[in-house]
Amino acid sequence: MDTTTIVTKTRPSIIVENVQKTFLLRHTHSFKEAFIARIKKKKISTSFQALQDITFTIDQGESVAILGYNGSGKSTLLKLIAGVLEPDGGKILTRGRVAGLIEVGAGFHPDLSGRENVYLNAAILGMNKAEIDARFDDIVAFSEIEEFIDSEVKHYSSGMFLRLAFSVAIHVDLDILLVDEILAVGDAPFREKCRLKIRELVEQGKTMVVVSHDTKTVQDLCDRGIVIKKGVKVFDGPVAEAVEVLKHP
Amino acid sequence: MLTKTDPVDLTGFSVPGRGNGILDVFRRRYLLRLLVRKGVSTRYRNSALGWGWSYVKPLTQYFIYFFVMGIVLGRNNGIDNFAVYLLSGIIVVNLFNEAFSNATKSIVDNKALVKKIYLPREMFPIAAVIVAFVHFLPQVAVLVVVSSLVGWVPSLLELGAILLGALIVILFATGLGLIFGAVNVSYRDAQNLVEIIKMLATWGSPVLYSYDLIARVLPDWLQTLYMMNPLTSAVELFHYGFWFSTTDGGLQPPPNLVRDSLIGLLIVLAITAIGQLVFRRFERRFAQDL
Repeated sequence: MDTTTIVTKTRPSIIVENVQKTFLLRHTHSFKEAFIARIKKKKISTSFQALQDITFTIDQGESVAILGYNGSGKSTLLKLIAGVLEPDGGKILTRGRVAGLIEVGAGFHPDLSGRENVYLNAAILGMNKAEIDARFDDIVAFSEIEEFIDSEVKHYSSGMFLRLAFSVAIHVDLDILLVDEILAVGDAPFREKCRLKIRELVEQGKTMVVVSHDTKTVQDLCDRGIVIKKGVKVFDGPVAEAVEVLKHP
Repeated sequence: MLTKTDPVDLTGFSVPGRGNGILDVFRRRYLLRLLVRKGVSTRYRNSALGWGWSYVKPLTQYFIYFFVMGIVLGRNNGIDNFAVYLLSGIIVVNLFNEAFSNATKSIVDNKALVKKIYLPREMFPIAAVIVAFVHFLPQVAVLVVVSSLVGWVPSLLELGAILLGALIVILFATGLGLIFGAVNVSYRDAQNLVEIIKMLATWGSPVLYSYDLIARVLPDWLQTLYMMNPLTSAVELFHYGFWFSTTDGGLQPPPNLVRDSLIGLLIVLAITAIGQLVFRRFERRFAQDL
């Protein structure tokens, strides 16, 4: 084998190794409460194991669905990959720029105009001014709210707001796309447009991790599925089988 | 599938959520600029006076202090150009109080972002401090006008003193803001401590009276502590920069101002470093505790 074959061979994008996550649910939110709880020997917190010994690798260009019911720990896993949370045990490694469509619109400010919000949020997601300038028109065109781009976001309808927020997130230059319960955005034609856009990203070789319990969309977008139940990985394989495992345990 | 024994080339990989703290904030200057602009432009939107509100309080406060300390308690006669003396000290303390309390609230105020997207979180306290600094500049402009009216012509040394004073205050507020901003996430009553510190800042530095009065009543060790307070140095640097040259010299700057200011600078640098360490320790729990 010469070196070129090694270079062209797909390398992992995300490595998750023996990851543990325990949540400490605090019952106290002030010094006063913590102090009183200590005197009364009440428990200050209870712990809850959200993820146990999760291990998997996602190769570059793969699109993987993480499936599970509410409370299974799938969103926690996504937040760990995004770097919002840190694991208590094991390790997570990512390669390239990670961007999350995790509750889009988190950085929007109602008193700023649509234009200002596009710049602010694209910057929050890691773009610099030149990159945003270059993509600004695409972002606005995709959101279909050209006429309102200079009015304040608080005057937007919820649909307009979500379309703009989603449009910003999807135009960020990225290597790994993390998606949490998308495609609940806007009306049917816009959802279809989003789906096509995500498809396009996958075809460009971006790595994608989707968290959802919408089995239909997931089967459409992903090839591989990982099923998580009560914090434990129970299945990893083709997405169709994963959906079966989820439905009929 | 990869098992643990597979050799994987780990070049180019990074651990998500681990940054370089404050350094990353300056690496992402563009975002910092936008956050500051947002902070400045949205603060008093939809209120009748707009930014004017942010001057109503300090102005009222200034006139109350001037009336009580200057006229009722007679400081007006004891300190030459008391109006300028008071103003130059009070804007320093205002800068500190504003920057410190904004920074403390900044993480909780931005919880929607902190919970969902990884950013260098130091971004928020630092942006809050910069917003406070922007807010401070018009107050400096007022001071420049007032002190010019009583014959202030700045020398290079005076300008240097003013810049050093501002630097000390900003670093002090940043360091404390990082500590309290982080602690405030888990313990919301940290904000009450902030109020106490703000009160101490106003009364524990020579803003409303002169340092020589304090010297008469405090025991030596407490007096040393008082003079070591970085805010005392910053206030005295501002007095030196804006006020001293306009007086008859009746009240000299503190004898060890240069030494104390340098010590103050070292203290605030240390506090900023400690702030960064504390912040990093607490940061791991932010997304959970918010």
